Amino acid sequence: MPSQLTILVVEPDKTRAEAIIDSLAATGDHQIRVLAGHTGLARSVAEMNPDIVLVDVTNPSRDVIEELTLASSPLERPVAMFVDRSDDSITKAAIEAGVSAYVVDGLRADRIQPVMDAAIARFHMFSRMRAELEATKRALEERKIIDRAKGILMRARGLSEDEAYALIRKTAMSQGKKIAEVAQALVTASELLS
Amino acid sequence: MRIQPLTVGFMPLVDAAPLIIARELGFAEEEGLALTLQSGPSWSTLRDRLVLGQIEAAHMLAPVPVAMALGLGGITTPLDALSVLSVNGNVIGVSNQIAARLRDAGFTPDFRNAAATREALTSVSGALRLGVPFPFSMHAELLHYWLAGGGNTDPKALDIRTIPPPLMAEAIAANEIDAFCVGEPWGSITVENGGGELLLPSNAIWKFAPEKVLAARTDWTAANPELTGRLMRAAWKAARWLSDTSKRSTAADILAWPEYLGLPAEILERSLSGHMILSRHSPVRHVDRMVVFHDAAATFPWKSQAAWIGARMAQRFGLDPTNAAHKATEVFRTDLYRQHLAPLGVDMPGASGKVEGALALPTPVASDNGTLILGPDAFFDGRAFDPTPFG
Repeated sequence: MPSQLTILVVEPDKTRAEAIIDSLAATGDHQIRVLAGHTGLARSVAEMNPDIVLVDVTNPSRDVIEELTLASSPLERPVAMFVDRSDDSITKAAIEAGVSAYVVDGLRADRIQPVMDAAIARFHMFSRMRAELEATKRALEERKIIDRAKGILMRARGLSEDEAYALIRKTAMSQGKKIAEVAQALVTASELLS
Repeated sequence: MRIQPLTVGFMPLVDAAPLIIARELGFAEEEGLALTLQSGPSWSTLRDRLVLGQIEAAHMLAPVPVAMALGLGGITTPLDALSVLSVNGNVIGVSNQIAARLRDAGFTPDFRNAAATREALTSVSGALRLGVPFPFSMHAELLHYWLAGGGNTDPKALDIRTIPPPLMAEAIAANEIDAFCVGEPWGSITVENGGGELLLPSNAIWKFAPEKVLAARTDWTAANPELTGRLMRAAWKAARWLSDTSKRSTAADILAWPEYLGLPAEILERSLSGHMILSRHSPVRHVDRMVVFHDAAATFPWKSQAAWIGARMAQRFGLDPTNAAHKATEVFRTDLYRQHLAPLGVDMPGASGKVEGALALPTPVASDNGTLILGPDAFFDGRAFDPTPFG
């Protein structure tokens, strides 16, 4: 685990906030900022661009959870949320909103490090899954275009599927273009002509 | 953790995957690196950019840092091989004319038997013009080992020409060369373009040959231990991700992006999955360990691999083999590998060198966690290379 993190803590209780800072400082040379209230969270997140956000809320409503989560940008960084009490629907709302760790029974200074580690690991796992999904989607879009271009060539020139693909590929190589670009140009041109 | 920018060079090859995946799937970011990947036109350009400090690290042919340590090739700036990025991954192909002559002689390539293929090839042709990506490359070393035998060889025994990988398919189609050894996907591209046929995977010559290394200047790694460690860990994690067979098509899709290889994912997936197509209309051949990124301690920069490269080069260029092998071992930084990958719990081998070519089968070896299995790593001629005399 990297030992120099930028950490934003939302903690209304001053005594607890101090205990948390002490506990965090014991684990590394971190840059820590504490917010006493929820207001201004989005602005602080934008200014500080923290590596992780830790939010302590005593008795959250569903609205508060969603607002806090949104303000912490949980798709860009791990967010760990600590609550005193919770019910299933609020837990579910928090997880669905993208919180990396949701801990009932409050923010305790002595176990903050393992929770942070788990939140960071979980965040990386989910962002990797998103990246893999994006890559697959991008490839699928390209293949759809190539399939449409193949279909156009097969109809217009009476080619087999393999021949149509070979022609697109040959054209792309001889023009120094990507196959998807040539396919897209063909699809666009055929739409204009039809 | 402050995100640090880092520029790393690569050649458009399937075995650049650990760096590309490290960037695209967030392994670099996880280590606090904003990785910029810069594609190079040739290996000499990549080496020069590294030496001049235009890039901080590079995807590099394993023999290049060794050649520089031996004073070969004109540039002698010390480089470190921090880890092995890939093992195997090259193919040997021939022109359509040579392929036709082999067929006429009744030879059908089995894409496996290096000795029989060499015999058939030498019986149908005289001196071949051979294309390799760089004079200091596993391609050149393996071709010499295969065609000129394991013993002392005259450096001029083979007619070897340097052609950057992306130009290999054109060179053989234009009859500038008769055969090549090149990294994927450029062999498969030759097949797709109808410019030639594939004869052997490079692992038919040596079953577990180090291919690319993660290279950086020695003065840079000494001055930037933290960044060195981050880069090594990001590449190692990406290599582990690549070893999951269910990720192959996603990996091929990402490598296919225009900023990386810009080639059809289907062609890139052939070597990643080991399902190779040798010629147009030929059935698929399965090759075990066509390219390896992680398994069997593939990433460990074995001193014995470096010694093999150093000793082979010494023979060809008329240097003292013992001295050359010893200098080569200092380039492969097992010390940095152990230091920077220890935080990830990577199972480290007990020794930093081994007898190369000794394992016919997967074999458990002494390691920190007791989970390490090495091999097979045999040479096609059954010889073994003992690095002990080179220390």
